Amino acid sequence: MRGNVPECEVRVPGTLEEALDMLAREPGRWRPLAGGTDLMVPFAAGRLPDTRFLSLQRLGPLRAIEADDEGITLGALATYTDVRRHPWIQRHLPNLVQSALVTGAVAIQNRGTLGGNLVNGSPAADSPPSLLAYDARVELASLRGTRWVPYEAFHTGYKRTVMAPDELLTRIRVPRPGTGFHFYRKVGTRAAQAVAKVCLAAFARAEDGVVRELRIGLGSLAPVPCRARAAEAAVLGRPLDALPLEAARAALMGDISPIDDIRSTARYRRTVAANVLVQMLAELAVSLNLRG
Amino acid sequence: MPRMRLELTVNGMTRTAEVFPMARLLDVLREDLGLTGTKEGCGEGECGACSVLMDGELVNSCLVPAVQAQGARITTIEGLARDGALDVLQRTFLACNGAQCGFCTPGMVLAAEDLLRRCPHPGEAEIRAGLAGNICRCTGYVKIVEAVQAAGGLRAGPDAGARELP
Repeated sequence: MRGNVPECEVRVPGTLEEALDMLAREPGRWRPLAGGTDLMVPFAAGRLPDTRFLSLQRLGPLRAIEADDEGITLGALATYTDVRRHPWIQRHLPNLVQSALVTGAVAIQNRGTLGGNLVNGSPAADSPPSLLAYDARVELASLRGTRWVPYEAFHTGYKRTVMAPDELLTRIRVPRPGTGFHFYRKVGTRAAQAVAKVCLAAFARAEDGVVRELRIGLGSLAPVPCRARAAEAAVLGRPLDALPLEAARAALMGDISPIDDIRSTARYRRTVAANVLVQMLAELAVSLNLRG
Repeated sequence: MPRMRLELTVNGMTRTAEVFPMARLLDVLREDLGLTGTKEGCGEGECGACSVLMDGELVNSCLVPAVQAQGARITTIEGLARDGALDVLQRTFLACNGAQCGFCTPGMVLAAEDLLRRCPHPGEAEIRAGLAGNICRCTGYVKIVEAVQAAGGLRAGPDAGARELP
């Protein structure tokens, strides 16, 4: 028996209210546990300090995915498999489908949840760049009430978030992006089961041959998943047939602060991130030009 | 902390065990229920050796805490053969030399079973995607892909299981 299995206590609330009540009574004492694909790894290795878990398996309503005219609301417990198979998401949010497809492989996708992917706080997670490119918001619930936070403001530092100890991440809202250009590229050791060395997602729209909307989400390039605000600014308002590729490349260096770690080096990440950015912009120009 | 009474349907039979809620399903199967066909490789959800079906979905049993398996239907490698006769998929793995050392094989067969349930006639790309979470260090995967393709062909026909193996 590894980890501290015998010392652990697990509660399985039947409703969201019950879960929030437990968090409110003893803030910080109960570690929420969703699909387990992240937490079970350090837990079994004895590297997770927590011994009290709130297993969210019975909160069925939090797995619902509901689309309307303006966008889609995903319950935090929706799995990657749920995301991959959802027709509305396949039609309107192809980057998010790609994120789900490259997360682990089938068995991980069946258990891992979108909410867990965000709360876990890894800068290398696969869905954050897409959610940033689509300007998502997240709902945080506690007995004190619920609040919506722009996903871009959710992560405050490496593995730190704006969540209070009595809050649960309950839903993710993604506005319908409309007709435009979608791009998702994860660079990893292999197609499946890899943690990203570099990840870049983008959504863009043009009017009259000029880039009018562009959001770029980055993974594995900073302590948190983040937007490439400087690179976006270099391209916004520019004509599709004369995009400033070198200026965007240079601006991206100000957006990122990659590190050397077991998966890659800072130098490799800078070079590859810039190359993926330029590839994305080249495809964007062709794709949006064709649509007039 | 107290153990919990876990009740599961494993390979069609109701099984119970007194286990710690955060015990891994993998350990419950192997140590509490004596089903050692399911293997532990990496213990981190990377290699797929511990793959089982849980409520009809492929999972890594090393990443499922017992508490989340309460009431679940589990299929392990021991559940594929019927009355001592190997399942079609097991026979094609044998016939195509889809196993060498055999350590990845139980997980590989269950991942293939899951794929064939969702996609009865998989092409090579679908097979490679369906088995992408299962690592084999011996075969180079070619024989495994062939075995799954052969099983798809045999199972999907009107006399599934009755035809000659390749």
